Amino acid sequence: MFNQTVEYRRMTVAADPLSRVFSALADPTRRDMVARLAVADATVNELAEPYDVTVQAVSKHLRVLEDAGLVSRSREAQRRPVHLEAEVFDLMTKWIERYRRQAEERYRRLDDLLRSMPEDAASTTPLPRTGAQT
Amino acid sequence: MTTSRTPETEITVDPDVPLVRITREFDASPEKVFRAHTDPELVAQWNGPHGTEMRINDFDCRTGGSYRYVHISDGNEFGFRGCFHEVRPAELIVQTFTFEGIPDGVALERLTFEDLGGGRTRLTSTSLVDSFADRDAFVASGMEQGVHDSYERLDDLLAR
Repeated sequence: MFNQTVEYRRMTVAADPLSRVFSALADPTRRDMVARLAVADATVNELAEPYDVTVQAVSKHLRVLEDAGLVSRSREAQRRPVHLEAEVFDLMTKWIERYRRQAEERYRRLDDLLRSMPEDAASTTPLPRTGAQT
Repeated sequence: MTTSRTPETEITVDPDVPLVRITREFDASPEKVFRAHTDPELVAQWNGPHGTEMRINDFDCRTGGSYRYVHISDGNEFGFRGCFHEVRPAELIVQTFTFEGIPDGVALERLTFEDLGGGRTRLTSTSLVDSFADRDAFVASGMEQGVHDSYERLDDLLAR
């Protein structure tokens, strides 16, 4: 079970849904729609109102968001309001934040190291190392 | 929760190109920040995930050189290697990066050291991979046990 290579591979394969979320959010109209759905559910017609596009075009955007798992449409007859799947959205944000925090942690260690490095060594232009000592 | 001494790390996940960009400023000259990236003894002191030990086998940081190192975590060893494609002191490092567990995968990394004056440096590190799936695995990697739970949760959410 603890074959780490397999674990890494699994992540590579399983990461695909995240790609769909990223590309769904790459479009400014879709990002705007998500921002509005974060406030309240809305119907396709309501969503189409502020844009200078057809309801069909908005439906197409919604399908992309739906395929990415970002929004869902209730089965309620007629109205079929669009609902933002906030959990999917939050999860993605959380992943990026984790990654950011890890980089920050690493760079804080670098901050400490830089502080401990002598100034005179830094003022001379370092020559690329040959790596001979290892 | 965390008090930042310098502006904190910024991450950009590009929606159109499979890359991740990390930006961070340091209270040190570009020469110093550069040296912390090229001297293997210094690199081992800060690089790598928290709680892992880094063993450098080879680190020849100059144009045309190469590197290999191992991260040791709970007795497991993870090997990484790559080539230094272009190295310009206190300015630029272009290198490749491969996790040996997935030898066919390679990231192209570009590190720029920008002099902000007053002994400050902005470091920008860009990793470009060849698919969005690989890029997203990058972002999700190192999340230890949390990552599988997260994927399972995401699978569940997407299956609804």
